[in-house]
Amino acid sequence: MSMKKIYSVLVENRSGVLSKVAGLFARRCFNIDSLAVGETDSRDVSCMTIVSSGDARTLEQIEKQLNKKLDVIKVKTFTQDKSVSREMMLVKVKYNKNNRKEIMEICDIQKATIVDMSKTVLTILICDEPEKVQLLLESLKVTSIVEVARTGTLALSKCADS
Amino acid sequence: MIGADAMIKCLELEGVTTVYGYPGVAICPFYNSLLESNIRSILVRTEQSAAHAASGMARTGGIGVCAVTSGPGATNLITGIATAFADSIPLICITGQVNSALLGSDVFQEADITGAAESFVKYSYLVKNADDIPRIFKEAVHIATTGRKGPVLIDVPMDVQNAQIKNFNYPDSVQLRTYKPTVNGNALQIKKVLKALEKAQKPLMCVGGGVLLGGAKKQIKEFAHKHNIPVVSTMMGIGVMETEDPLYFGMVGNNGKPYANKAMNESDLLIMVGARVADRAVNQPDLITKNKVLVHIDVDPAEIGKNAGPTIPIVGEAANIFDEMLAAEVTVSDDAWLNSLSYYREQLTPKREEHPGFVDPEIFLNMLSDKMDSDSIYIADVGQNQIWSCAYVKVKEGSFLTSGGMGTMGYSIPAGIGAKLQNPDKQVIAVCGDGSFQMSMCELATMRQHGVNLKIIVMKNNYLGMVREYQHFTYKDNYSVVNLDGSPDLSKLASAYDMECIVLKDMNKAEEAIDRFLSANEPILMECCVDPMDIVRYQV
Repeated sequence: MSMKKIYSVLVENRSGVLSKVAGLFARRCFNIDSLAVGETDSRDVSCMTIVSSGDARTLEQIEKQLNKKLDVIKVKTFTQDKSVSREMMLVKVKYNKNNRKEIMEICDIQKATIVDMSKTVLTILICDEPEKVQLLLESLKVTSIVEVARTGTLALSKCADS
Repeated sequence: MIGADAMIKCLELEGVTTVYGYPGVAICPFYNSLLESNIRSILVRTEQSAAHAASGMARTGGIGVCAVTSGPGATNLITGIATAFADSIPLICITGQVNSALLGSDVFQEADITGAAESFVKYSYLVKNADDIPRIFKEAVHIATTGRKGPVLIDVPMDVQNAQIKNFNYPDSVQLRTYKPTVNGNALQIKKVLKALEKAQKPLMCVGGGVLLGGAKKQIKEFAHKHNIPVVSTMMGIGVMETEDPLYFGMVGNNGKPYANKAMNESDLLIMVGARVADRAVNQPDLITKNKVLVHIDVDPAEIGKNAGPTIPIVGEAANIFDEMLAAEVTVSDDAWLNSLSYYREQLTPKREEHPGFVDPEIFLNMLSDKMDSDSIYIADVGQNQIWSCAYVKVKEGSFLTSGGMGTMGYSIPAGIGAKLQNPDKQVIAVCGDGSFQMSMCELATMRQHGVNLKIIVMKNNYLGMVREYQHFTYKDNYSVVNLDGSPDLSKLASAYDMECIVLKDMNKAEEAIDRFLSANEPILMECCVDPMDIVRYQV
C-alpha cells in the first residue's frame, strides 16, 4: 500500500550534495513528490525537505539509504498529520473585466493574495498547507493559467512532539 | 612541500606499500613525487586492472591504492571501482584532474569523475585546496576501511597537486559528524538470538563476504563448532569454513549445492551473517522468512530488511557480535538435524556427466586443490570457471577470491597480481576462462615487468561458456555472439611474454602437469581444454 512520508534531511552544505541525494532517489527508484532545499540557522548545514511515497519497505529503505550518505547529518521523518507543513505557490493568470471579480473572490476565500499585475495578467501568491495550495490551483483552472511556480513542501515536526 | 608530496606522505603514514596505476599528464605531479618515496609503483596495462589489483591486495591483508590520470584514465577505472563497491572492498582511488580553473569547461581529458562514479563509491572528494589533503586522505582511509567497507575516490586537480602547502599536519583521528558506524551489537538482540537458538531444532548459519571483511572467520568457525551448527555460504562467503569441514554444507543459490538450498529452506532458525540476501544467493527472499526465525547480522543497517524482513536484526561488526555470543552458554538441540543434512548431502550430490577427451573441471579442480598449499590464495574469474571453482575447489586455511557482486570478467589476473605482491610467499592462482583471460591478458606484461609469480589457469572452450549455456537452455542452442574464434594460441602468447605454458588436453597426465604448474618459480600459464558443450547447471 502506498503511503506518503516527509523526510527532513539535514545535510552538509557542500557542493554536489543535492545531486548525491537526488541521484540516490533516482538510482533506487524512489519517488520524489516534492523537494525543497535551503540553508538552516547554521551556514554549513542545509535542510532538504523531501516528500516521498511508497510501500512500508520502500519508505524504510529511503530513510536507511539517506542515513548511509556521508553528507547526511540527520534524517527526521514524519507523516503529514504529525507535522506543520506549508507550501508556497505563485500563479500567473490572464484576466479581463469579466472574470476579475471571480478571481478576487477565489483569492479571498482561499487566503491568497494578488502580488503583481499588469493590464492583462496578474500574479497570485499563496502560502498554505500543500492540499490547500493544490485546491487553489484547481479553482484557478476556470481562468487561463500562464505560469506556475511552487516551492515544494516545507515541514517541521509539531511542537508538541519535539 | 607541494600537494603531490603531501599525497605521498599521507599514503606513507597510512602504511601503504604499493600503488597500482597508469600515469598521464594530470597525475604527473603525484607520480613525480612518488619517485622520492619507498612506495612501490606498479604500472598496469589498463586502468581497470589498477583497481582490481588494489582489490586483490586489500582482500589479502594490504591497503589497496590506485592512481590514474584524468578523463579516460578515470573513466576506465570506474568498472574496477564498481566491482570493489559491489563486494565492499576498501580502496583508495586517486585520479588526476584538470586545473581547477578549467573545471567545467570540457577541456582536454576532463571528466566529471566524482559525478560519474557517485553510485559506485562509498564517498568521494574533489580536492579544491592543497591544505585539505592531509585531512581528506585521513578521512578517506577511515571511511574506506571501517563500517561497511568500500572504495573512496579522491580527485585532485593538477594545480592542487602543484600548490605549495604551508604546514603538513597529519591528523591523528577523524572528525566526521555524519559517519559513525555501529560496532557493537545490541545486547538485547543478541540475547534474543541465543534464546531462539535454544529453542531451535534446525539451526543454520549462512555466511557471506561480510564475515571475511569483518575479520570474523575465527569466531564463526568457533561458534559453529561449539554448538554443532551447520553452515552454508554465499559465493563471497566461500573460505569462511574449510570446504571439508563436516559442518559446512556448501554454497547456496542458483549455482549452489542443492543440499545447501534444502538446508536453507528447511531450517527453523537461519542466521545470516554479512550477506546481502541478493538474488543470486536467495532466489525467493520470501522463502527464507517462511516458517522460520530469520536473524540478520550486518554492519550496514540498510542491508537489513532490504531484501527480506528479518525477525531479529542485529547491526554491528560480526566479530564483536560473535565474541559476545561465544561468551554465553546455550544448550543446542541434538544431532538429528545435522544427521539429516549429512544424508541430504549424500543423496543430493549431483553427478556430472563424463566428458572423455577433455579436462573434467570437477576432477581437475579437486586434484589441483588437494595439491595446492593449504594457505594458498585462489582467485576465480567470472563465467563457467567461476561456478566450477565455487563447486569443486577445496579451500583450506587459504582464501578464495572472486568478483561476486558485479561479476566482472577479467578480475582474476589483476587481482592475482595484487594478492601475490601482498603475499610473495604464498601460492597465488588465478583461474579464468578464455573469454575472461582475453579481457586482461595485457597484464601478463605487468607480471613480467614487476616479477609477479602468479600462476594462471585458462579453462579453454572457445566459447563464452556461461552465456552459451544460457542460450542452450533459454534459446534452444541458438547461439548468438558467444563463439571465441580468433583467440590466440596460448602457448605462442606465453612465449611472447617469455612465460612457460602447459597445455592439458585431457585428464591423462593431469597429475604431473599440476605438479609442474604448482612448483614453477616463474609466472606460468596452464591451458585446460574443457568440453565446449559442458554445463555448470546441476542435473539432479
